[in-house]
Amino acid sequence: MTITAPAVPSPSRVVVCDYDALCPELGVAALVDGVQVALFRLADGSVHAVQNLDPFSGAHVISRGITGDRAGVPTVASPIYKQVFSLVDGTCLVTMDKQPTSGMSADLEVYPVTLDNGQVIIDLAGRA
Amino acid sequence: MTTERIVVVGGGMVAHRFTEALRARDTDGRFAVEVIAEEPRAPYDRVALTSYFTGKSPEDLQLGDPALWHDPLVALHRDSRATAVDRERRVVTVEGGREVAYDHLVLATGSYAWMPPTPGADLPGVFLYRTIDDVAALRGWVEERRAALGRPVRGAVIGGGLLGLEAAGALQGLGATSTVIQFADRLMNLQVDEGGGEALKRLIEQLGVTVRCSTATSELRPGKDGRVGSIVFADGGEQLVDVVVFATGVRPRDELGAAAGLELGPRGGIVVDDTCLTADPAVSAIGEVACIQGSCIGLIAPGNTMAEITVDRLLGGASTFPGADTATKLKLLGVDVASFGDAFATTPGALEMVYADPVNGVYKKLVLTDDAQTLLGGVLVGDASAYASLRPMVGAHLPGDPAGWLLPEGAVERPSVDLPDEAAVCSCNNVTAGTIRDAVNHEGCTDLGSVKACTKAGTSCGSCLPLVKKIMATELEKSGIEVSNALCEHFAMSRAQLFNAVKVAEVTTFSDVIARFGNGRGCDICKPTVGSILASLYNQHVLGDDRAALQDTNDRVMANMQKDGTYSVVPRVPGGEILPEHLILIGQIAQDFGLYTKITGGQRIDLFGARLEQLPSIWKRLVDAGMESGHAYGKSLRTVKSCVGSTWCRYGVQDSVGMAIALELRYRGLRSPHKIKLGVSGCARECAEARGKDVGVIATDKGWNVYVGGNGGFTPVHAQLLVEDVSDEDVFRVIDRYLMYYIRTADRLQRTAPWQQEHEGGLDAIRKIVVDDSLGLGEELDAHMARHIDSYEDEWKAVLNDPERLRQFTSFVNAPDQADPSLAYVEQRGQRRPATPAERESGAVLIAPSTLEVRS
Repeated sequence: MTITAPAVPSPSRVVVCDYDALCPELGVAALVDGVQVALFRLADGSVHAVQNLDPFSGAHVISRGITGDRAGVPTVASPIYKQVFSLVDGTCLVTMDKQPTSGMSADLEVYPVTLDNGQVIIDLAGRA
Repeated sequence: MTTERIVVVGGGMVAHRFTEALRARDTDGRFAVEVIAEEPRAPYDRVALTSYFTGKSPEDLQLGDPALWHDPLVALHRDSRATAVDRERRVVTVEGGREVAYDHLVLATGSYAWMPPTPGADLPGVFLYRTIDDVAALRGWVEERRAALGRPVRGAVIGGGLLGLEAAGALQGLGATSTVIQFADRLMNLQVDEGGGEALKRLIEQLGVTVRCSTATSELRPGKDGRVGSIVFADGGEQLVDVVVFATGVRPRDELGAAAGLELGPRGGIVVDDTCLTADPAVSAIGEVACIQGSCIGLIAPGNTMAEITVDRLLGGASTFPGADTATKLKLLGVDVASFGDAFATTPGALEMVYADPVNGVYKKLVLTDDAQTLLGGVLVGDASAYASLRPMVGAHLPGDPAGWLLPEGAVERPSVDLPDEAAVCSCNNVTAGTIRDAVNHEGCTDLGSVKACTKAGTSCGSCLPLVKKIMATELEKSGIEVSNALCEHFAMSRAQLFNAVKVAEVTTFSDVIARFGNGRGCDICKPTVGSILASLYNQHVLGDDRAALQDTNDRVMANMQKDGTYSVVPRVPGGEILPEHLILIGQIAQDFGLYTKITGGQRIDLFGARLEQLPSIWKRLVDAGMESGHAYGKSLRTVKSCVGSTWCRYGVQDSVGMAIALELRYRGLRSPHKIKLGVSGCARECAEARGKDVGVIATDKGWNVYVGGNGGFTPVHAQLLVEDVSDEDVFRVIDRYLMYYIRTADRLQRTAPWQQEHEGGLDAIRKIVVDDSLGLGEELDAHMARHIDSYEDEWKAVLNDPERLRQFTSFVNAPDQADPSLAYVEQRGQRRPATPAERESGAVLIAPSTLEVRS
């Protein structure tokens, strides 16, 4: 979710990159306080941040998945075993009849994103 | 409950059907079946024996699901001959002395190929045509003689029936000449009338087969080398031959039953009643060995019916033999021949309606009742397209003008028929139109595959499949079910339809494509599909414009993602020929970046464990040294595998490496519905395993044979012969068209083998389009491929020259120099591999990516 108004300052908010560094529909990975985050700028201009760790393969690859939508919900598909996740709340929408690797939730963590003065800011503590 | 022991003697198609049906219907496990089979292999499709020559392997001829033979209640003894039956003790003795006790015995010993007593019939070079071993021996002989004689082998087939013509076709397929010698006054005298026989003879002769009817053979004479050398005819004529095949009919193998004191028919065969039982209620006989309703029937359909009846009776059913449907439809040497019902108009007062077109080699006859209202039978030669619709109508009122069925399609409107439910559609498996309708309406079958699996229709000879498909489509339409071939929720079209739409509308971006033909934002299914279509049509860089976001990660970074999120790198090695300096460079790169190296199945080298951000520096070194992308990551041409060929090999007859390189450079970068692999072998020994490829090119003394539609993988398929003995230019032209036609019409992720199989009319229809240019598409396909070849550029070279695209190859947008900290490796056999979760937890010796920094 993208919030464009300047938000309340918080120590967990980290400036990740310029908005212009993101290409539409092409995800990138970011390293935020040691946590790998997948960042997506969609064609409508919104920016979404989810965990980069793919729960079904254990590899940090979600940022390299294909974006799209399922019934209007913006999604990303894992490039490894093709599970589909909502970019809005991280829910795994298509499991491809697979289980996540041991101990992991099938859903992705979602991190709030704010745009401030052309910069993309992620709040790790604000996970949904 | 005790299990009853069923013993089946014989391991042919009918034995298979019996066992399969019993296991399917005996759900309580009342019966255990032991099958005693003489041949060294499980039952196979004898009807399709000739396809062994067009490249099918014995495995391809296997019947049904091989899992049947692993059923705990089924035991198959191969290479095992029953020598005696003791009906008193209910015991079968098997060669070697073993005794097998039975509660019920099923004799399914079939027939043997009968040879008229002919002096010289035991000479080397004289063959029968009944088993896989027969045809394998024939093939071996012809190939060996051709090599030894250095000229085409002269072949003759004695017998002009169905098998004889098949054998003649097989000889031709092996590059031998062939003469068919027929004792009767016409070919296939059991199936077709005089007019049909004439038409058949003309058609067969046009194909280069010599036909001699009304000719008796008196003797086979040896040549100087002791092998068969000539045939002497009763009229005194003599003909030189190098190989002779006897196809003079079959006789029932009733000796076991006869020795056991069972009654035999007047012309042999074990006499059974309409329930397939002999006079001994513990013994049944089914298939060709059974003399039922007064005669033995050498067709698979009645044999299968007998198997089903026996199973039904064992389970307490009451079915009886309804009489044999002797209808046949075949394609002999590419000529359609069909005969059904009362083909010889023996019914009193029957009318015959004939259409003959000697120029085009078509002969059609309908036999009707005296009021011309009811169909009794017919003969179709040269064009049997009406067979599937007409045969089930036998005995039924034929609506409209019967001439509509005889005249060429389109001349008169062909009446539309709605088959009655009881009309048999698949006579091999006795499936009625009603059963197919049921499968669609009540069993939820909505595609041909599930209808086949559910009803068994079309699973034997397949000639009824067009009709099955039509009935299925009609039913689906009636119940308002639209056969969905939608790509995904964003596109209602199939890939082939979308390809056409994009081509006609000349749209070049995904946003335009989805705006015009779809809805929503797209997804991981339609985006790569559209990306592939755009690449096939326009051959622009896969990462140009808005296309990068369409590609799967492999195409997007032009490398193959592995399980830990790192990539493998495969430079192109055309035809598997590689310069020593390139080998050294690959080795140095592997050392410098700590990459795991492995030789691929496609004759090149794979470098594993490269991180996203390392790909450009690896490729810079490869491209600088003149190597290029191998497209190992793409749904595109992968490799062209080759053997070393005539330049070095003692046996090679053509330069297979040269051909492979030419093909690989021609089709490199060609995006397609799925990956495409090619292979080229320099001689018939086929060391490149080209028949396992989408396109296989195999050298002959005269040029090249091109095979298409093979693949390894989950369901291995051998490629089928498309054209023979063609020149280099023709190899290119025919493959250009085949691949382009495949790219245009295949489904998403559909490889050539299933595409070819599901294409209307199969490979024959594809051959007409790509070789004979029947649709007039040839020039367009050629031009399209020429555009591809002219516009090829190395994808990696282009990216290295483009700073904007290079920016996509960073590990973290906010820490571009930092490697993914989660990667961990252990050493194995001197190289590294990803650590397993257990190894990570136990803290076993790990190699972290930081210790593998790039030296360059």
